[in-house]
Amino acid sequence: MANRRVDYLGLRSALADRLLPVLVAAMSFLAALAVAGTLASAALAAHWQGDTQASLTVQVPDPDGQAATGSTTRLAAVLGALQGMPGIANPQLMSADEVNRLLAPWLGSDVAQLALPVPAVVTADWAGPGSPDGLAASLQKISPGTLVASGASWAARVAALTTSLQACAAAVLCIVALVAGAVVSVATRSGLAQRREAIEIIHGLGALDADIADRFAARATFLAAAGSGVGALVALPVLFWLADLAAPFAGPAPGAAMPGLPPALWIALPALPVIAAVIGWGTAQLTVRGWLRSLA
Amino acid sequence: MVRFDDVWLKYRQETQAEDAAAPDVLRDITFEIPDGGFRWLTGRSGAGKTSLLKLMTLTEHPTRGRIDILGTHAARISRRDAAMLRRRIGVVYQDFRLLHHLSAYDNVALPMRLARRNEAQIHADVAEILRWVGLAGRLEAKPHELSGGEQQRIAIARAVVGRPKLLVADEPTGNLDDEQAQRLMMLITALNRLGTTVVVATHNLGLVSRYPAPRLDMEDGRLIRHG
Repeated sequence: MANRRVDYLGLRSALADRLLPVLVAAMSFLAALAVAGTLASAALAAHWQGDTQASLTVQVPDPDGQAATGSTTRLAAVLGALQGMPGIANPQLMSADEVNRLLAPWLGSDVAQLALPVPAVVTADWAGPGSPDGLAASLQKISPGTLVASGASWAARVAALTTSLQACAAAVLCIVALVAGAVVSVATRSGLAQRREAIEIIHGLGALDADIADRFAARATFLAAAGSGVGALVALPVLFWLADLAAPFAGPAPGAAMPGLPPALWIALPALPVIAAVIGWGTAQLTVRGWLRSLA
Repeated sequence: MVRFDDVWLKYRQETQAEDAAAPDVLRDITFEIPDGGFRWLTGRSGAGKTSLLKLMTLTEHPTRGRIDILGTHAARISRRDAAMLRRRIGVVYQDFRLLHHLSAYDNVALPMRLARRNEAQIHADVAEILRWVGLAGRLEAKPHELSGGEQQRIAIARAVVGRPKLLVADEPTGNLDDEQAQRLMMLITALNRLGTTVVVATHNLGLVSRYPAPRLDMEDGRLIRHG
């Protein structure tokens, strides 16, 4: 309509201007958490995968025993073989203290006094192409019973977990969007019922369907965007708190005053009111235009 | 030109069974009003006058028959074109149908704003017509602050401010005193002389005799007299 100042349909009072933003704010709050969950799980997965995917752990039982080939101990033979193998980088024998610390949760703090045959543990990085699958067979020949654990299998599990979390978050976002659309639709129908007479009057005076639908859509867009903005703002302290909790696992930037949110989240959060506005506008347009079909 | 050809009307009901049982409120209506014509629409309450006017203002569709409004076959136009056609029709409703949250000025300006006229033109035309109906001093008054007669004059001003090609009025003098009714009829006849086709539904046979014009006389949903 030419004059935007006049609220022809009285929508400021008709279209629930408290309930709709509050419900959309709640939806937006949930959406913010879901988006943050997706991004955080992806970041944590990347961090964990980076650490574990390239790592190798070699357990050598009876390390001081005679190696199957040569005259050295089994441990020395394995270390020597690892140092000479292509694709293996930085093989290091884990100290007895480190091994005891790793076993302490299961065997107690006095592992050393139990006189158990604890294997020697060698860590290394896999820098070669492909997977280190052939390594275990080679080491078995030198030192039978030697076990090789690759980080790749853990990384695959972490990747599967991340994908599942992201799928769940995407489902939550879809449900939130559908519920937000339903909320806008119900509010719009309520507004239509309250303003039926006014709509019939301006329809009779020659208003186009678009004139009426645009009025409702503008109001719904404003209320949805405002509600979503509030929801995103309310979510911020919660997200900072969660980021603080996750910081030890994600490796916070040293010297940072407060744990930072992923940069992608700083883009996603302002996008929430925009998405809510689009949902509000589209839903109101469809609802009003459908309803207007009942008029001649 | 307004032409009704064998027009029947039955109001739509909630269910098909109710629809089938519902009575025809208009039956076999056929007449023609040439461009610039004036017709009184008379008949007792319940005779079908308001239903006929609803068809004329495109707020109902006929169950059968053909209606041409201002030369346009009403059943064959898009919703957009129907809206455009409504903008050329001025309507005075029996119950005024003002928007209660808007001022008198904004109510009268509404058809012109819907037609996207510029505000300067709107201001000039609205001020003039409100002065004509004697409400120049009540521009900002809301309908609930006005008497029944004043509300009726606002409704009339809204119907004529856009200089419609067809003016349809349902009991326009019902809440007016004699002097106001005379002023209204002067306005309507002036519009008619300028080429607007006019149809006025009324019970007031005194008014009809003072302003002689052909009559559409209705009884029990049928047109019993034309001319």
